[in-house]
Amino acid sequence: MLSKRIIPCLDVRDGRTTKGIKFRDNIDIGDPVEMGRFYYEQGADEIVFYDITASSDRRPIMLDVVRRVAETIFIPFSVGGGIRTLEDMRDVLLAGAEKVSVNSAAVQNPDIIRQGAEAFGNQCIVLGMDVKKVAVSDKIPSGYEMVINGGRTHMGIDALWWAREAERLGAGEICLNSIDADGMQTGYELELTRLISTAVRIPVIASGGAGEPRHLLDVLDQGCADAALIASMVHYGTYTIRQIKDFLSQNGVGVRGSW
Amino acid sequence: MIAILDYKAGNLTSVMRALDYLGFPCRITNSPEEIRKADRVVFPGVGAAGKSMESLGELGLDKLLRELFSAQVPILGICVGLQVLFDLSEENQTRCLGILPGAVRRFPDTLRSDRGNLLKIPHMGWNEVKFRKNHEVVRDIPAGSEFYFVHSYYPQPESEDIAIGTTEYGMAFTSAVAVKNLVAVQFHPEKSGKPGLRLLDNFCRWSGAA
Repeated sequence: MLSKRIIPCLDVRDGRTTKGIKFRDNIDIGDPVEMGRFYYEQGADEIVFYDITASSDRRPIMLDVVRRVAETIFIPFSVGGGIRTLEDMRDVLLAGAEKVSVNSAAVQNPDIIRQGAEAFGNQCIVLGMDVKKVAVSDKIPSGYEMVINGGRTHMGIDALWWAREAERLGAGEICLNSIDADGMQTGYELELTRLISTAVRIPVIASGGAGEPRHLLDVLDQGCADAALIASMVHYGTYTIRQIKDFLSQNGVGVRGSW
Repeated sequence: MIAILDYKAGNLTSVMRALDYLGFPCRITNSPEEIRKADRVVFPGVGAAGKSMESLGELGLDKLLRELFSAQVPILGICVGLQVLFDLSEENQTRCLGILPGAVRRFPDTLRSDRGNLLKIPHMGWNEVKFRKNHEVVRDIPAGSEFYFVHSYYPQPESEDIAIGTTEYGMAFTSAVAVKNLVAVQFHPEKSGKPGLRLLDNFCRWSGAA
């Protein structure tokens, strides 16, 4: 059966990672290429690079990172952050990424999903969703609203509606981030993940809130997620991917056990 | 030299990078002349069967692939590069190359997991391939190895005899086939970590003899 995927996410700014200070051994702290290789060898099923610089003049720096990552790791990896146009997508894919993630640009211009899927195939297009819990209203019937700018700007768009719409437009996958849970390390937003994952037929990656292996078990099991994004819990060396996978497999979740 | 067939079908560079890493000289090309000179051929593919067949036809690569198959050149088909080898694909009802007897079908919408949840389509992620034949190309790949898949259609060969690997996704399907000098896989060995690299390495050393 298909394994649930464990996906480390690396935030990159100006070509350097912003977390990862507790790495020892021979890792060049802060080098996304080294960290990508490290996680590849540690059993990551996929890797996400998120460019938080994301200004177009700095894009060549990220593309160089993507190129060097592609030469050294042989698992899928995706790149997000500041992808606005078909040209941005093409650059990242040609540099060697498997997938591109569009986030706020897609909320503002949904057609970019359709264009990207048509040009590069649905499997390349990941829709990144930043979601915040709000009061249920006529406009937001699910009680989950799309936000951008790290949660500062509310878009007045219902998250459940948007997930289905993005699937219809051709997104191949959804990376679902709960702004409320993000960075808290107290667990994923299970209710939200379950709501979205059971409403679409494309895979859903849960994001935001992972602090311990139990949180992954909860979101992959009760939350019905197909994959789980992790950051601090591995970047700071608190857990290894092996420890997380062992825990999941002992608790009945199928994961890739050898690499 | 290994020719990686270029017919505008998605990300060919990932195959090239994997072969570079393994140390085998390779070239992405659509020139029939160059392809005929190659020792072996990788036929990759991402995208839709219809569009792929169209591009192959325009470039004259459809005839060339049949020619290479008869000429005993070792060929490795990957993903859509496997699918279009069959007679037809349900994806856009496409008539394909007809090198392998059989059809390519869409996963039924009704597939469920052991726990009763509807399965996602595409089948995306890591899944086990059970290799049931001792083919050179899958030598030294540990039992239980998982490979990376992304697809909504699966091959259904006319004869089970050509299947060398099967995978479970709410149903069992053929995920690797081999006939004479041809091996084709539904998964992406170039994105499947060590077992994938092992398969590519094996292919690059294979004589092409069944």
